[in-house]
Amino acid sequence: MRIDGPREVKLIFEESVPGRTGFSLPPLDVPAVEVAEVLPEDLLRTRKPELPEVSEVDVVRHFTRLSERNHGVDSGFYPLGSCTMKYNPKINEDIAALDGFTGLHPYQPEGTVQGALRVIYELQNYLSELMGMDAFTLQPAAGAHGELTGLMLIKAYHRDRGQSDQKQEIIVPDSAHGTNPASAAMCGFKVVEVPSDERGNVDVAALKTVVSERTAGLMLTNPNTLGLFEENILEIADIIHAAGGLLYYDGANANAILGITRPGDMGFDVVHLNLHKTFAAPHGGGGPGSGPVGVKADLIPYLPVPRVQYDGEVYHLDYDHPKSIGKVKGYCGNFLVALKAYAYIRQMGSSGLRAVAENAVLNANYLLAKLQDYFDLPYRRRCMHEFVISGSRQKAHGVKTLDMAKRLLDFGVHAPTIYFPLIVEEALMIEPTETESKETMDQFITIMAQIAREAQENPEVLKQAPRNLPVRRLDEAAAARHPNLKWQGRGA
Amino acid sequence: MIPSDLRYTKEHEWVRVSGKRAIVGITDHAQKELGDVVFVDLPDIGQEVVKGNDFAVVESVKAVSDIYAPVSGTVVEVNETLQDNPELINEDPYNDAWIAVIEMLDPSEVDQLMTAEEYEAFIDGE
Amino acid sequence: MHYIPNTEQERQEMLKAIGAGSIDELFSDIPEEIRLQKELDLPTPRSEPVVFKELKALAKKNLNASEAAVFLGAGTYDHYIPSVVRHILGRSEFYTAYTPYQAEISQGTLQAIYEYQTMICNLTGLDVTNASLYDGATALVEAALMAVGITRREKVVVPASLNPEYRRVLETYWDLLDLECVLADLAEEGSCISTLRDLVDDKTAAVVVQYPNFFGQIEDPRELVQKAHAQGALFIVVANPIALGLLKPPGELGADIACGEGQALGNPMAFGGPHLGYLAAKEKYVRRMPGRIVGATVDSEGHQGYVLTLQAREQHIRRQKATSNICSNQALNALAATVYLSVMGPEGLRQVAESSLAKAHYLYRQLLTVEGISPGLPGPFFHEFTVRVQGDPEEIFQRLAEYGLIGGLPLGRFYPQLSDLMLFCVTEQRTKEEMDYLVQVLGGLL
Repeated sequence: MRIDGPREVKLIFEESVPGRTGFSLPPLDVPAVEVAEVLPEDLLRTRKPELPEVSEVDVVRHFTRLSERNHGVDSGFYPLGSCTMKYNPKINEDIAALDGFTGLHPYQPEGTVQGALRVIYELQNYLSELMGMDAFTLQPAAGAHGELTGLMLIKAYHRDRGQSDQKQEIIVPDSAHGTNPASAAMCGFKVVEVPSDERGNVDVAALKTVVSERTAGLMLTNPNTLGLFEENILEIADIIHAAGGLLYYDGANANAILGITRPGDMGFDVVHLNLHKTFAAPHGGGGPGSGPVGVKADLIPYLPVPRVQYDGEVYHLDYDHPKSIGKVKGYCGNFLVALKAYAYIRQMGSSGLRAVAENAVLNANYLLAKLQDYFDLPYRRRCMHEFVISGSRQKAHGVKTLDMAKRLLDFGVHAPTIYFPLIVEEALMIEPTETESKETMDQFITIMAQIAREAQENPEVLKQAPRNLPVRRLDEAAAARHPNLKWQGRGA
Repeated sequence: MIPSDLRYTKEHEWVRVSGKRAIVGITDHAQKELGDVVFVDLPDIGQEVVKGNDFAVVESVKAVSDIYAPVSGTVVEVNETLQDNPELINEDPYNDAWIAVIEMLDPSEVDQLMTAEEYEAFIDGE
Repeated sequence: MHYIPNTEQERQEMLKAIGAGSIDELFSDIPEEIRLQKELDLPTPRSEPVVFKELKALAKKNLNASEAAVFLGAGTYDHYIPSVVRHILGRSEFYTAYTPYQAEISQGTLQAIYEYQTMICNLTGLDVTNASLYDGATALVEAALMAVGITRREKVVVPASLNPEYRRVLETYWDLLDLECVLADLAEEGSCISTLRDLVDDKTAAVVVQYPNFFGQIEDPRELVQKAHAQGALFIVVANPIALGLLKPPGELGADIACGEGQALGNPMAFGGPHLGYLAAKEKYVRRMPGRIVGATVDSEGHQGYVLTLQAREQHIRRQKATSNICSNQALNALAATVYLSVMGPEGLRQVAESSLAKAHYLYRQLLTVEGISPGLPGPFFHEFTVRVQGDPEEIFQRLAEYGLIGGLPLGRFYPQLSDLMLFCVTEQRTKEEMDYLVQVLGGLL
């Protein structure tokens, strides 16, 4: 029965029937209190909040239907570059659903959460080992939050050395994620952009001209957002360090280097990781993530509190760090996400994680080799775990990269990241990850070849895409011009 | 078509001069680069602006662009219709979609702006 | 390696297609001197059943809410989570998706967020909200940063009765951003309304009030709202969404921004995360809001659909001029809140709030019958309250855990001047039996 048609799912509010309920609570086993007697009467609600009145069945059907209008890694290929949409092992979900982890209050006595503290402590150590750093904090809630935390640590480091007036600039390559300059600006730094060279690396000559005694640090993703390894990383590190700056590693692309090389060995001083990318925790439709930050010894004093320590017998929360920047989030971070990463690392071990990087890089290079017949390549190099192609050849036929992205959706494939990095025209950034099979990639190659052909022969198919989904192309301009951000009620 | 009676900046603003008043908008080239305009953040009336500094913002779905004052002076009028109809920037950039009127401190600043021919050559070379 | 499908033969075929002799060759751009020459010092790989067994053993080393009675609140609450919530969250079309960049293939996530936004607006009595933030503490930071941007002032005035965790996070940001954070001390009764009032001036970007406050007290902020607005400052209310089932919403009190922690709505305590922060504001501030926002629109055939909107505020477009660097939300936690509020509805939410209120008042009365326990900070309270104990609260706190009783919180941890107070919380989950047991055990300990 779909009287409202297959395309639209009514809002849960529109399914509401006054008096219908979907909950079940036990009867009160203590004397009731008269609300108006114990609370100030003029601070009480005068009318009930407008929430749906629906049954449990209504709720289950509604959200099940919504889920059917979504595409996840479990639904199909999701080559969204820089987001590392790898398969999320089911066992980790089971582990993170155990009462012994979900039912813990963050202020419980430490003696009653030794298992949880051990997970945090050991994960910190695993991440330090993997990245070649000296200590990690799990407090930041997401990658962007980790970036901000890392920059706060850099600021605190310079300030502690009496150089906060001088060290005011953060250098960011023009290929960087938008979060890099946004985080640096949010932390009060001036952002200085450095261009890329013709091989897609940071232009070292240009870097030398912008580095100065004002340089607080450089933020770098390596492999960078073009999927290319910064070949001159050691020279870059020397240049920044010689100016008294620090090197910040954006871990968005860490999947490519697990067990192969380490930011700490490349000269990075601060690192953030995305546990939801590299360590297989699910992305949750946009979160929760987790963005741990690792540092070299010089920066340990500034890490957020509490730090989880182990004295050989018990694990405890340590607040006694006078130089700490403080706290960037409540409690110890997104614990359940960290728990999934912990379970993942224990399953994979050193050899398994190296195999992750090897297969991720192999898969990306395979796709790159097969797609270069159909699309323009901005850089003719081997890639790491992802690569960027350009839709400029197709644009000559009046087809935009956006059209190709929408067409991919018709085939049950999530589109790659598009129009990023900004320095590549009509960019498509493709990251297959190690968990995709050769068959899946071969299918994708076939689809991309068809789309390239359609761009020449039948561009309208692309401009009209998608056709096979619950909605056709949505009008984003109308949404932004006249924002409708909530349901206004029946008849509105 | 680039109107010949206007003056232009390298940041793609146009200026229509009427005595000490400079009417400011963005060019057809600029609106095409931005795509569907969804919001215009207008300056305040009475706001002092300095030539070359940003004083308004135009947002499209996928981009955002600062608008720089082509001349120095005081904002005396703003185009309120853009609040509800930002799409005017796409539809009629040189007339209905003017953004603000600046009362100039030094009208000779206009002479430093590009003519239509110069602007056309400028965007061809961009 | 059951998460990596490539067989050795496939690897060879792929290398051949690439034109590479070995996988090692693919890494040749990495300078030799930084290539790892050793095995990493990590645990040896373990099979799924072994890891599951290990983790179950670790879980058992924790005392959890299903086997203990939790009387701890202080920002994280043990409310009942209907089974439906877990089942909906288990739909992997939701949890294995990412930010809905491609709207047409993400209508499920987008519509759910639109419904979430509607619910948060309706609960808070404000006009617009976003798709959620990291947690309550960072939501307050973002609210305060909004106020700084809107007013172009740098001073935020916060009360000592604000959750100390939030205060610490705000202070961290404010310190590193070179902004000014002024703390209003506790007045005699634990309230901060009067001390806040004295600190608001024409340099103030925002005044913050927590509702109910950290001690569970409900203070009437309305006079303070007027003072703040008269000085051109914004008024921010940090509100507990469960309490809003009974209390007048912040919008009706005159708040410009409401924010707080949404964990209580269908999310487990989870040792402090992941939770979700909510933030709602008056309509005129919508373009100053951080984070993702979903809007309704139509497709090319006129059918209703949902997209991420007002994106020009955000980092991926505006880069260093963005309203915030945030680029995700706590989508799955917000989905939990949406499902929770759907099954509870207005009546369920009211019952949870009323039941918590009645039980908290029962426990309060019973505790006062114990020798050595006396009233703490006065004033009306919702589901948290303070009592004064004769004895060391820290020690009592530890001892109670031995009886399977978690809480109340020794306030001396955050307030040296309140070192003889404990903060108890009672949700609808607690039974009379558990409360009577707590009273009995405390009677024996004191």
